[in-house]
Amino acid sequence: MRYLTEADIEALAVGAAILGTGGGGNPYIGKLRCLQELRRGKPVALIGLEELDDDALVVPIGGIGAPIVGIEKLEEGHEGVRALRALEEFYGRRIDALISAEIGGGNALEPIITAAIAGLPVVDGDGMGRAFPEMQMTTFSIYGHPSTPAALADERGNVVIFQHAVSEPWFERLARSAVVTMGGTAIGAEAPMPGAYAKRAAVPGTVTQAIRLGNLVLDANREHGSAIPLICAAEQGRHLIDAKIVGLKRHLKGGFAVGEIALEGIDAHTGSRAHVVFQNEFLSFERDGTTEVSVPDLIVILDVDTGHAITTEVLRYGQRVAVLALPCHPLLRTPQALAVVGPQAFGLEGITFRPLPRN
Amino acid sequence: MIRIGVDVGGTNTDAVVMSGRDILAAVKVPTSADVTTGLMRALAEVQAQAAIAPRDVGLVVIGTTHFTNAVVERRHLSETAVVRLCLPAAQCLPPMVDWPADLRAAIGDHVFLASGGLEFDGTPIAPFDRGEISRIGAEIARRGIRSIAIAGIFAPVKDDYEREAAALLAAQCPEASITLSSAIGQLGLLERESATILNGALLDLARRTVASLREGVARCGIHCPVYLSQNDGTLLDSAQAERFPVLTFASGPTNSMRGAAFLTQCTEAIVIDIGGTTSDVGLLHKGFPRQAGTTVDIGGVRTNFRMPDVFSIGLGGGSIVAAAAGALEVGPQSVGFELTTRARVFGGDVLTATDIAVAMGCAQVGDASRVADLDPDFVRACHAVIKRRLTAAADRSRISPTPIPVIAVGGGSILMPDRLGDLEVIRPAHFAVANAIGAAIAQTSGFVDRIYSLENRSREATLADAEAEARSKAVAAGALPDTIVVTEREDVPLAYLRGNATRVRVKVIGDMGL
Repeated sequence: MRYLTEADIEALAVGAAILGTGGGGNPYIGKLRCLQELRRGKPVALIGLEELDDDALVVPIGGIGAPIVGIEKLEEGHEGVRALRALEEFYGRRIDALISAEIGGGNALEPIITAAIAGLPVVDGDGMGRAFPEMQMTTFSIYGHPSTPAALADERGNVVIFQHAVSEPWFERLARSAVVTMGGTAIGAEAPMPGAYAKRAAVPGTVTQAIRLGNLVLDANREHGSAIPLICAAEQGRHLIDAKIVGLKRHLKGGFAVGEIALEGIDAHTGSRAHVVFQNEFLSFERDGTTEVSVPDLIVILDVDTGHAITTEVLRYGQRVAVLALPCHPLLRTPQALAVVGPQAFGLEGITFRPLPRN
Repeated sequence: MIRIGVDVGGTNTDAVVMSGRDILAAVKVPTSADVTTGLMRALAEVQAQAAIAPRDVGLVVIGTTHFTNAVVERRHLSETAVVRLCLPAAQCLPPMVDWPADLRAAIGDHVFLASGGLEFDGTPIAPFDRGEISRIGAEIARRGIRSIAIAGIFAPVKDDYEREAAALLAAQCPEASITLSSAIGQLGLLERESATILNGALLDLARRTVASLREGVARCGIHCPVYLSQNDGTLLDSAQAERFPVLTFASGPTNSMRGAAFLTQCTEAIVIDIGGTTSDVGLLHKGFPRQAGTTVDIGGVRTNFRMPDVFSIGLGGGSIVAAAAGALEVGPQSVGFELTTRARVFGGDVLTATDIAVAMGCAQVGDASRVADLDPDFVRACHAVIKRRLTAAADRSRISPTPIPVIAVGGGSILMPDRLGDLEVIRPAHFAVANAIGAAIAQTSGFVDRIYSLENRSREATLADAEAEARSKAVAAGALPDTIVVTEREDVPLAYLRGNATRVRVKVIGDMGL
């Protein structure tokens, strides 16, 4: 167990954006909110999965919605606490710890904000090891822990309890339509899981991993080096291409930002053309007609000069970017997981997941 | 056509006369307290040097760092009330939450949250409450605040509530100037709101400054259109500049970098423009100012304008040398335009960075005997502070360890050593007026920002239409068709509006056909 420092939060925001693979919401807002809570004298303890009691109750918590809404319609501030209290009331029991449903993007910070206000510890791990657009895509759901009963809170004070969904996709559909009605963003707290289950199903150590990645980038910035080879080395990743964005299509589909990025190689990659498809997160990377990387492996787009992540909502025509591929955690590569987070789950027909090598 | 480019800095006013690519004349005169006198002197001298008459002048473009300096120095800023239309959303982070404390103090703590924010589809988050806005207006009037910034959630999608709030507040505060966030920027509440507040804080200064500039040009007998340079190196007419001073924020750096590229034909370089009060540091890549990826820091405030990736440090020729509590400081306080009366070498009694450069033998300006009494160790220590600050600034803008040249431009470049660490320093001819040259070679733009229905046509066809319209606007504004490039192209679908509505923004920029 250790207490998170302001420096940890700064690094976590940078690293979480990288693991966000374009989605997960803006970590900047979450960072400001975490720092605000720490400065108000509300410390947050980070505990390892192994420190959890087997019968402790752990609640995954995170924001749900479109990132472009998240940078414009900021939260009221107590959405997470309202969702948490609603669950406690429903169960008639106090919750012992919070965990991120999604380490990628702002959702790395959301449980920390709620933990600070509620005085709870945060678990070093999450349900994705990255970001994904839908809630049934957590390892918690994939390995058999239902998300319901779950609570959803908006900025107005509305709290919705989903007592039971017949399947995880049904919970996603019900929650998503509630989120759209709530105006595109809400905070969700999903069914508490026992500590013993979290130890088996959570992607371990991802808060520490994101802090480490963030520190690589921040240190490289200070030393005028490139963080890109360091990230590849630390994560067993591949540097796919340095490119300029020459085309950008996006539209909203059922509350998601869906689209496609056209890239033209620059510097050593001049002459190459590539495409990245996204649905909140980057889903596939295709070059010269061949899909080289797809979900659940991580496709990361960084500012080619600074090494900081570029999220889908701030992609712009003419930006110069580096595209990296990082292998996902083995928990996301089982047949069970690929049925939920593999290419077919995102409607990418004809694409077979070819895992990046990982030791 | 003859063009005059002018750079009104905190210390000097520079002017150049250009015809095509030829620089016919260049002058540098001290900026006057009233701005007008210095501008008139610069215009008169540069016309005399170029042997042209006022009627020959077809275009005057003025770049000024006045507004950026005011923010960096926290001077001439008006207290500004902030009305965020958001409730019950967005209470988690107050306006200006990520600002430096001293700048927040200059703006004052006049923050009001009210209903009137929108969802992404334009429907209200909560009902707009006219009474609530009127009560806020009464309170702002009671506090005597004369500038109001209004930032509504999703106002760039639909600005009705911002405008309605403005009307209600104007009724309560008839003397207040009001800035709407929907006129300033794009989505991203904190960044747009911050830019709106800064705009509000600068309005008084903007009115005084733009009036002085217009008067100066007119009194010289020049009756052609007067423009100001804006962030992207294009022209802003003076009436717009009075209302939206923030749109000129990065014009200084843009002009000096474009001027530096023009003068050296360098394509990869760090440009440091040392003025009297600040130095602007940026990067040339392929001959153009490197654009910031997402957000830009102005005096410690994040904004989301599209502008060059440039930062300012409070160091210039007029920076005041202060030794207090054992610590030696050069800047950020500056004598500004009073350099030529208050600096030691000019007969004054304030020790400035320029005095140190003269005492070191790096520059021959003013009367060197007036700094002969300074302790050589003290002078060397001051010079080391200046060099250290410039080296750190160049270092910060580097994006690779590969050494590239530093182009030193601006009147204050006498402070610049011959090398900064492992980087070679280049001083081009006319280095002192690079900024005015950048203003004179200003480009012009065409912009379309409209909601299109995509019901019966493709996205591609709509974007092509918008681009064609932006191009013809640019041509009408004087752009050469062959030089036009698209600098912004964005389509944001507005869900749940009938007819598959999409907001399309296209901006093109081209060279002036001269």
